Amino acid sequence: MPHWRQTLMSYTFLAPALILLAVFTFYPLLYGAYLGFTEYNGARFANNLPPQWVGVKNFETVLSDPLFRTALGNSVKYLLVVPALQLASLAVAVLVAKNLPGIAVFRAAYYIPVITSVSLAAVMWEWVFNREGTLNWLLGALHLTTPEAAFGWLNSEQWAFWAVMLVTFWRGFGYYMVLYLAGLQAIPEELEEAAILDGANAWQRFWSVTVPLMRPTILLCTLLSTIAALRVLEEVLVLTNGGPLNSTYTALMYVYAKAFQGFDFDYGLASAAGLIVALVALLLSALNFRLFHRDGEQA
Amino acid sequence: MSARTAPTPAQAARPVRWRRPVNTALRYLLLTVILIFAVFPFIWTLAIALTDKTAGTSIYAFPQSLLPSRVTLNNFTDVFRTFSLAKYLLNSVIITALTVVGTLLVSALAAYPLARFRFPGRGVLFGLIVATLVLPSETTFIVNTLTLKNLGLLGTHAGVVLPTIAGAFGIFLMRQAFLAIPAALLEAARLDGASELLILTRIMLPLTRPSLAALGIFTTVTTWNAYFWPMLVLSGAPDKAPLAVAVLKLKGQFNYDPFNIAAGSIIMMLPVLLVFLAAQRLFLRGMEGAVK
Repeated sequence: MPHWRQTLMSYTFLAPALILLAVFTFYPLLYGAYLGFTEYNGARFANNLPPQWVGVKNFETVLSDPLFRTALGNSVKYLLVVPALQLASLAVAVLVAKNLPGIAVFRAAYYIPVITSVSLAAVMWEWVFNREGTLNWLLGALHLTTPEAAFGWLNSEQWAFWAVMLVTFWRGFGYYMVLYLAGLQAIPEELEEAAILDGANAWQRFWSVTVPLMRPTILLCTLLSTIAALRVLEEVLVLTNGGPLNSTYTALMYVYAKAFQGFDFDYGLASAAGLIVALVALLLSALNFRLFHRDGEQA
Repeated sequence: MSARTAPTPAQAARPVRWRRPVNTALRYLLLTVILIFAVFPFIWTLAIALTDKTAGTSIYAFPQSLLPSRVTLNNFTDVFRTFSLAKYLLNSVIITALTVVGTLLVSALAAYPLARFRFPGRGVLFGLIVATLVLPSETTFIVNTLTLKNLGLLGTHAGVVLPTIAGAFGIFLMRQAFLAIPAALLEAARLDGASELLILTRIMLPLTRPSLAALGIFTTVTTWNAYFWPMLVLSGAPDKAPLAVAVLKLKGQFNYDPFNIAAGSIIMMLPVLLVFLAAQRLFLRGMEGAVK
């Protein structure tokens, strides 16, 4: 096949993907970044008026908005889910890595929350967190609380945040467990056996054989869950809608609300807020990478 | 942990005889506790969905509500009748089918030249596609909504589907699959005068069926469960909403009936659960592929 024909054919095959990516991924990335520096809202859009360049005004407005500060603070606080999630899923992966009878059932069951829609999670967990729900019943059965003292967890300014985080944890641990499991199974058995011969106990083997060899997987999973935690939106939207008293309001929720709720659909301001979140996400990724990659090469 | 090897100090120090069964029992106990944590919401939802609500039981009467004394399937028929569940189910099916077909088609077409041909721009294009995995996407949903409005696609199923079908994951997965097919097979077909489209459809696609299946299943599950994007695109057209969006609207309705909601939830969960259980291996492999 002549070279030009091969090129022509390649681009013909690639065309649908490239057009869709250009329109729905690359253009919105660039245009969204541009919008952050403009005044642009529902009224301008409806009247076919172009965005108007205003420089960093939106960023000043966003950064001085107490609601955004609360939201960004909550998003950063949400990162607390990352260590809990990673430690738990690594531990669970170690637990299910050993071939016991029936272990496949446990592995599959742990993954089921991952394939659950966030809306179903909201329906189900609302019943758990309800004033009369399972959590209060369990605490009552353990004599940790009384029926009179019970409250709805999602309506509590103090607890709603942690309740939402628990749902994130529930939906996530199976996902990371599978990734860690893949990493664990790639570790050659001889290494483990050699460590046993050297007299290392289970704990020593875990720290000096498993963890160093798992470093790339740990980096990947931490990175993924850090970004996911910073970008948390759906759980909050369906469980508490940011309340009570903005205690669960997150940064991406601010972006969504500014663009699509309220009266003026402030796309410019929302885009600026989105860019700030994106910037924080990039910084955190870089930080993650530094922390975990320091001596990763030796492993 | 075999005791056949020479006893090291650490091993000699502990009584091995009783340790093993206790260890195993503890392991299973721990596994079971985590299992309950993972699946309890489903078990309870299923119990509520099967409870005969005319018996006047509260869903919060523990632990009785976990084992309904009077089991019925009435809630399932009820939710079809009162909430027009069939309509939302159909919307979910349409959106999911269009997305899966579109994703497979677009990914396979794009992956073929990326895997098998040399042409100017290939490296750059592949780099761009992979870059979409890490680019900060916090503002894309705003602009995409505006674009859909301009195209007259806001509030349509096409508007939900089109922005999601070209993705790095699908293209990447299919490219890996195509790379694994021996070049000799393609050369032979070309000598026989087969066109590239024929080679793709008659040789490449049948040989990469496992990857296509993995991508299809993965896309089915994520699309069926998607909440935010369909909610946004269809906020002005509630009649076109998929079940994942509608189920929350049902919950918010004034005639909120937990038994019907539970039945609706089970109906929504069932297809995904069946697909997952039937194709666990493909699914999990696809997911590992997604992050490599």
